[in-house]
Amino acid sequence: MVRTEKLVFEYEKRDEEGNVIGTSRAIDQVDIDVKEGQFIAILGHNGSGKSTLAKHINAILVPTEGTMWVNGRNTSDPSELWNVRQSAGMVFQNPDNQIIGTVVEEDVGFGPENLGVPTDEIWQRVEESLKAVGMIEYRHHSPNKLSGGQKQRVAIAGVVAMEPKCIVLDEPTAMLDPVGRREVLKTVQKLRQQKQVTVILITHYMEEVVDADKVYVMDHGHVVMAGTPREIFSRVDELKSYRLDVPQATLLADELKKRGLKLSDGILRKEELVRALCQLN
Amino acid sequence: MSIKLEHLNYVYSQGTAYEKKALDDICLEIPHGEFVGIIGHTGSGKSTLIQHLNGLLRATSGELYYNGENIYGEGYPMRELRNEVGLVFQYPEHQLFEIDVLTDVCFGPKNQGLSPKECKERALEALRLVGLKEKYYQSSPFELSGGQKRRVAIAGVLAMRPKVLVLDEPTAGLDPKGRDDILNQIAFLHKESDMTVILVSHSMEDIARYADRLIVMNKGRVMYHDEPKKVFEHYQELEKVGLAAPQVTYIMHDLVKSGLLVRTDVTTVSEAADEIMRVLHREREE
Amino acid sequence: MIRDITIGQYYPAKSVIHRLDPRVKLTSTLLYLISLFLFKSISGYLIATVFLALVIRVSRVPLSFIVRGLKPVIMLLMITVLFNLFLTRSGEVLFHAWIFTITEGGLVTAVYMAVRLIYLIIGSSLMTFTTTPNELTDGIEALLHPLNKVRVPVHEVAMMMSIALRFIPILLEETDKIMKAQIARGADLESGNMIQRAKSMIPILVPLFVSAFRRANDLAMAMEARCYRGGEGRTKMKPLRYRSRDYTAYVVMAVYLVTVVVIGRYVPLHVWVF
Repeated sequence: MVRTEKLVFEYEKRDEEGNVIGTSRAIDQVDIDVKEGQFIAILGHNGSGKSTLAKHINAILVPTEGTMWVNGRNTSDPSELWNVRQSAGMVFQNPDNQIIGTVVEEDVGFGPENLGVPTDEIWQRVEESLKAVGMIEYRHHSPNKLSGGQKQRVAIAGVVAMEPKCIVLDEPTAMLDPVGRREVLKTVQKLRQQKQVTVILITHYMEEVVDADKVYVMDHGHVVMAGTPREIFSRVDELKSYRLDVPQATLLADELKKRGLKLSDGILRKEELVRALCQLN
Repeated sequence: MSIKLEHLNYVYSQGTAYEKKALDDICLEIPHGEFVGIIGHTGSGKSTLIQHLNGLLRATSGELYYNGENIYGEGYPMRELRNEVGLVFQYPEHQLFEIDVLTDVCFGPKNQGLSPKECKERALEALRLVGLKEKYYQSSPFELSGGQKRRVAIAGVLAMRPKVLVLDEPTAGLDPKGRDDILNQIAFLHKESDMTVILVSHSMEDIARYADRLIVMNKGRVMYHDEPKKVFEHYQELEKVGLAAPQVTYIMHDLVKSGLLVRTDVTTVSEAADEIMRVLHREREE
Repeated sequence: MIRDITIGQYYPAKSVIHRLDPRVKLTSTLLYLISLFLFKSISGYLIATVFLALVIRVSRVPLSFIVRGLKPVIMLLMITVLFNLFLTRSGEVLFHAWIFTITEGGLVTAVYMAVRLIYLIIGSSLMTFTTTPNELTDGIEALLHPLNKVRVPVHEVAMMMSIALRFIPILLEETDKIMKAQIARGADLESGNMIQRAKSMIPILVPLFVSAFRRANDLAMAMEARCYRGGEGRTKMKPLRYRSRDYTAYVVMAVYLVTVVVIGRYVPLHVWVF
């Protein structure tokens, strides 16, 4: 579905007159492979290159070197641009800065309008997408009156209405409170079940990636760790060295292991830890 | 030296169709030198509350005493109150505007009427306190990374040498390391100086780690005001209003349910580890 | 203060006027505004008044709400009235003191001018009260569509308008937040002379611009990501379609226009009340 091969992206650094004074690598030799229907998480601290990578999936940025394929299409090929953007929808971090419409339903209709979908079908899609994210009763509201979590759900509906094969969420919860965060994640999970859509979630909240099929950790433009959440979270110290964190259950398990308890590696959920501790006893 | 709120009420857009009671009969006392956490979901009134502490918002009714003086009294020097109570807003980096970091941090002291030399001294001191590297002092604030900008903005308030520092979600949007850095810096500041720190946060884990006392806001009212441990004992009530105790507290409760009799008033990871080890050892000895 | 301004706001209600096609409302408003300058007699004013009153009634927008919209322009009104009052010299002199002279003609012109201006404001705000910003931009886009042929980017202009409408409340809120943050840092925004005050706005304007640009950048990216590529090949979720009530409205408008011009101009009902 999404595949990269030795992907490199360089920013040009410019001086005050606008002359190029050098380049800096935001992404360096990245290889990832996402299969259809998977739930993939990309972790990394701010500035690790994870958002830059996300923008490649939607062809907002194109690789300086290497290749990115989305749904079998090369994103560097200008003639495929709109196909790429239609098959990989994108939800951004700031809920205010990605809603275009002044009414919820009109915003959701924005994507299909751009794709040239006939009017009747736009209405159908809008209704269906708003139902899928649980925002149908707000269809006539102004986005300004919604909470952060609700705005993000509208943004997700706007992407769903374009019927993409893959949804990329670039830190969709970073600006939300815990309630909003839960709302958004639940919505994403529900979508995955209903539409079998591929999800790529970019985040630095570790709790959000526990259910992922595969996790990539990025640092300084490189993919430095890759594996299942269990594999990744069993390496607590390594994660910390990449400015990341682990869920408290994992942290506690790790702490107990350091104090001599024999617990299995990669405990993710509190239930697992409780069970493991009771078995010890 | 304390802040005392008596029957404070605040109503937004009074007399219009959008009228909304944001604060409802708030009675609180925050003694000097305390590290207080304020928690509550969006719209619970916590941001409105802190804007009263330095007089940015004026209560619709009720009284607010700073060091025993009623700030709504006639002729109360509001500007001096703002010098004493420093307020760091959410995403404070959005208020940066000067050509370089140092000048921006000087803005507060300059408004206090200090000489350029004193302004600079204070700015340098504040920048050191937030741990920003010296090579950035002459950079434009807009060229810095998110975490660095946030430090500069906090330094901008610290340079005014406030006696009370109020921070509204200072870690929003930062990555885990950036979050820990800022919080450790604040905890360090609190320990080194005798500043009162009031920290608004969404993270129960953070509050549990740093705060002496915790205020829980819900629908414009104070729901709890107690030590974090005691507040988290009400984890079921907290859940009903969309909040939660730290994850470790839940783990401890679950352990008890499964027959491992640990104490449940535990709120941090290291405390939890200590407690689990203690109970396991004891059981083995028996 | 900002919240007091009702001009340009939408007043949600269920009325025939609200349901009319925005093109009808735009055209009619324009015609009404022009009509105000097509007659001179009191009979014309009577008809224009009755017509406006009827439309207000049918629109179900409360009169108090409409009157509140006049508040911010009162100064402008006063100035116009005073200018007309003192500078028009025709007819009998009613009052004279030092350099001030009021003539009969001046008084009549001043009153008529005031009435015209008030009707002009009420007429145009009635359109915004009954039309959502989106409908309005759609209407403008549709009406200006012919300009596309002379390479005026009509779609883009309409899109800009609707984005502006969405971001005005966000930026207002942001301004409020930045102001508070700077006041908390001891900024003094109220005292001092004009220059000092203008200077004290810098700490507010710079962050506001920075934020506006950041938002613009984000939004452009979000629009691109959702396959926006200008007006070409785009379909509409809510295409404008004339219904029978819209044709009726056009007919009503035409009848009004004819009446007001014919009666207002040619029926010699020149009853000077003064």
